[in-house]
Amino acid sequence: MSQPTATDAAPERAPGFSRREFIKRVIASGATVSAAAYLYGGLTGCGRKGRAAGGVERLISLSVNGQVRRVDVLPNETLAMTLRYKLGLTGTKLGCDRGECGACTVVIDDIAYNSCSTLTHTVRTRKVLTIEGLASASGELHPVQKAFVAELAPQCGFCTPGQVMSAVALLKHNPKPTRDQARLAMSGNLCRCGAYDNYLNGVMRAAAEGGAA
Amino acid sequence: MSTFKHIGKDFIPHDVVAKVTGTAKYAEDFRADGMVFCKLLTSPMPHARVKNIDAAEALKMEGVLGMITADDIPAGPPGFAPSLTREPMYVGEPILAVAALSEQAAEDAIERIKIDYEPLPFTFDPLESLFPGGKDARGDGFNTGTLAGLPPGKIKWTAADFARVKTGDELPMGKPAEEWNYGDVEAQFKQCKVVYEERFVTASLAHHSMEPRTCMAYWQNGKCFVHASLQSQSFALPPLAQMLGVKPEEVVLIAEYCGGGFGSKGSAYPSMVIPAYMSKKLGKPVMMRISRAEEYYLGSARNAFQGNIKIGFDASGKLLAADVYVVQDSGAHISFWDYRAFGDALALVYQPKAMRWRGVPIFCNAPTRTAQRGPGQNQLACIMEPLVDRAARELKLDRVEIRKRNNPVNGSLAGGDEGKRGPVTSAYIKEALDKGRARFNWDERKKKSGQKNGPRVTGIGVGQAFHPAGFAGFDGLLCLKPDGKLHIHTGVGNLGTFSHSGTARIAAEVLKVDWENCVIERGDSRKNLPWNIGQFGSNTSYTMTRTNFVAAQDMLAKLKEIAAQDLGGKPDDYDVDGAKVFVKANPSKSLSYGDAAKRAIALGGRFDGHELPKDINPMTQASATALAGQGLIGVAKDNLPWSGQPAAFAACFIEIELDLETGMHRIVDLVSVADCGTVIHPMGLATQIKGGAVQGVGMATLERLVFDPQNGLPANVGFHQQKPPSYLDLPTEMFTDAVDKADPSNPVGAKGVGEPLLGASASALLCAISDAMGGHVFNRTPVLPDMIVNQMAGRPQPRKPLSINTQ
Repeated sequence: MSQPTATDAAPERAPGFSRREFIKRVIASGATVSAAAYLYGGLTGCGRKGRAAGGVERLISLSVNGQVRRVDVLPNETLAMTLRYKLGLTGTKLGCDRGECGACTVVIDDIAYNSCSTLTHTVRTRKVLTIEGLASASGELHPVQKAFVAELAPQCGFCTPGQVMSAVALLKHNPKPTRDQARLAMSGNLCRCGAYDNYLNGVMRAAAEGGAA
Repeated sequence: MSTFKHIGKDFIPHDVVAKVTGTAKYAEDFRADGMVFCKLLTSPMPHARVKNIDAAEALKMEGVLGMITADDIPAGPPGFAPSLTREPMYVGEPILAVAALSEQAAEDAIERIKIDYEPLPFTFDPLESLFPGGKDARGDGFNTGTLAGLPPGKIKWTAADFARVKTGDELPMGKPAEEWNYGDVEAQFKQCKVVYEERFVTASLAHHSMEPRTCMAYWQNGKCFVHASLQSQSFALPPLAQMLGVKPEEVVLIAEYCGGGFGSKGSAYPSMVIPAYMSKKLGKPVMMRISRAEEYYLGSARNAFQGNIKIGFDASGKLLAADVYVVQDSGAHISFWDYRAFGDALALVYQPKAMRWRGVPIFCNAPTRTAQRGPGQNQLACIMEPLVDRAARELKLDRVEIRKRNNPVNGSLAGGDEGKRGPVTSAYIKEALDKGRARFNWDERKKKSGQKNGPRVTGIGVGQAFHPAGFAGFDGLLCLKPDGKLHIHTGVGNLGTFSHSGTARIAAEVLKVDWENCVIERGDSRKNLPWNIGQFGSNTSYTMTRTNFVAAQDMLAKLKEIAAQDLGGKPDDYDVDGAKVFVKANPSKSLSYGDAAKRAIALGGRFDGHELPKDINPMTQASATALAGQGLIGVAKDNLPWSGQPAAFAACFIEIELDLETGMHRIVDLVSVADCGTVIHPMGLATQIKGGAVQGVGMATLERLVFDPQNGLPANVGFHQQKPPSYLDLPTEMFTDAVDKADPSNPVGAKGVGEPLLGASASALLCAISDAMGGHVFNRTPVLPDMIVNQMAGRPQPRKPLSINTQ
């Protein structure tokens, strides 16, 4: 075995030719993300590969954050696992893996979903938006993100990506919610730090500043 | 206050953007080349002996790489929770771990492992273990012991102790493990106008950190790299190294982000070394993902109490005497000393003229317990505050006034044991109550108490709580580099309070550096961090302002010395501002910070870290040595005078509507006020106050661990079954305030804040419920809707007064 080195799931820096750059080109050239499994050292995630009970992986195309991502997916694989372990999008968090806490919330066709309880195969024809896809290409934060920073909304931050995505979905459908409407829309996202009031302040600020963008 | 450049002003902490963009890396977000997964096999029984493990078939399965058991990990001290065990003492205790190429393969392999268990007796009631000949939770002969001060031992009461009382309704109160008293308790009780004696129970509840304690580890070049979920950074490293059987300098600990801890991740914990030992065995990086259900087993919970409390007030509402006995259900292994804190907090917050405290912690076959936000102090608030209201009602006193009549003031004594009581550094709980009273409009609003709207009744409550708020004696480390940037090295954790930055700003304040020119170095032991205490016990604001202050003072003195050497005169002739050290009488004569850093490197010695103070911790020595030659070093141990107990207080006011038909309540309004000394970071403080209040709502009315007493199985291992408060359990808007009076023992007047905020809201909510019910006190947490419905219907409660670990 080669000497291990700790890297981020999507390494930012490497001399000369970065992995991210390489992966981008692989994707752009139409090759499959199966290569990522090699790059990440056999990180086929937590699914069973080629085993009877779970069936076999199938190559599908997903629309994630405006990009077409080709990826091998097991029949029983959840979107949270695909995002985190095959596409390197670790901003989506797993707090309970059973649809109780909302930490894994992503937006699919403008609706908030628990990605831990959504099978990847069911979103093949739909547009998936994760926390990583919110900021503009130039790095400018989404209005909800800006508002959450201004209101010091997160505490420990673990539930924050889910809170952001729920707020984004809310404002898509109701750009000017009342505080009570926002509270109801956000109620699927638990926060043990108890930062609810600050998150609501953030949602209301984003709404006031045109957060549906 | 207005002269401060940073203190008391809002700022955007550097880690907020990472949190809202998903780039913040928690333990499960790291990957290493060749990384594999491991899964735990956990006990299906509350107490058993593992007679045989047959893993032959499992280890031959495709993708399976190996297994470790208790034989592969050295046992810790007697009584302490092991990483893996052959004598599981609760359902869910890890027995072995299997690694495989995928997590699913590891899970499949675990299902094929055959284990012979010998079931052993188990108990979920400390009184059962205290009964002569009663069942004990552990097979090693210990039924009592605490983290510090009480080694593992065995305590049995006598049959006569039990014969004196009606089982389940009264506490026997045999010989305690520990006790103290001051004053003449019996004489004071004789002076009282009203005396109450009650049995009480406070339930255990999970810490419920949103991030389960996932851990990834690997070995490289003789060092063990650990990516962990920890509240603390520097403080957790030596115990982690000890558990790994290596030297502290052989561990690289990365804990830049922590998805919640609340006491449960304060220092290294047993499960986090499992992937490291597995990695050592396999020669591969190992990720151990912890599921939510497993987090209920490994993630700790608050210690539960059965107790007896007797208190007496005179006609003016002064608490004259208190006599308490606390039996602590500590879970299966050595736990925290909540039972002591219960007594200490009573003695301080209510200042009884005489008091006796007795306590005994007893093991039960519940998952490991540890400190949870306000361990002991907040259980006290939940039990004591409604009884204070009962006295106010009977003595016809205002409920805020009766609290103020008893509250401590500056210099009041803390602690219990006669002769060991010492003064608090400051106490502004009366001011916190007054501020909340005005903000809440208490005097008007209390008139609504008992008003009916259909089945809904208005209840108004006030609550208060305390926690010790600081330590001293740790180190500060700063490096001013030639580019003029001030690097503030901090070994504190990232619990989500932003105090890693809030306290770092004290160095910027002393040196008058713009915040843009400060770099916080933290979250990774390779960043040359000083020895700091962990981020627990509401101490960071106090302890770390002191360390950063002394390091900045050291740097300030060196800046002035360098300037005097280069520009003439004496160091005292100089002052600093605008990234310059200048002559006070002629500010145009100056040296820039960047140039001073260059001069420090040229001068060497103590200026650039080549010579260091002798009294700093070896960890700080090593970190400062690694920085030597990079700039002007400010480094010092906090030797500032420290006498007295820093004390944080909080007061909370709540209005509810209680539906007497369903037992459900709705919080209409909530105002919480902190006495935390000088406010360092207003926005950070406000969110701490609100967060503490939210958790108090959970402790008072929602959360508790339940076990099946017949089979010892846990009944609630999911958020739906043991729900923490959600958006909908809270008012639409919450309000906060702070006394903002400086603590004289801290260089900037700061003291801790986090823990009493929970107890204040929990007790205020319990008092509001009691108020809506005409003064009925349940003497139990949590107060659940069925208890309210039964009480209003005049039906007996299904639980006996001392039933514990039950629904």
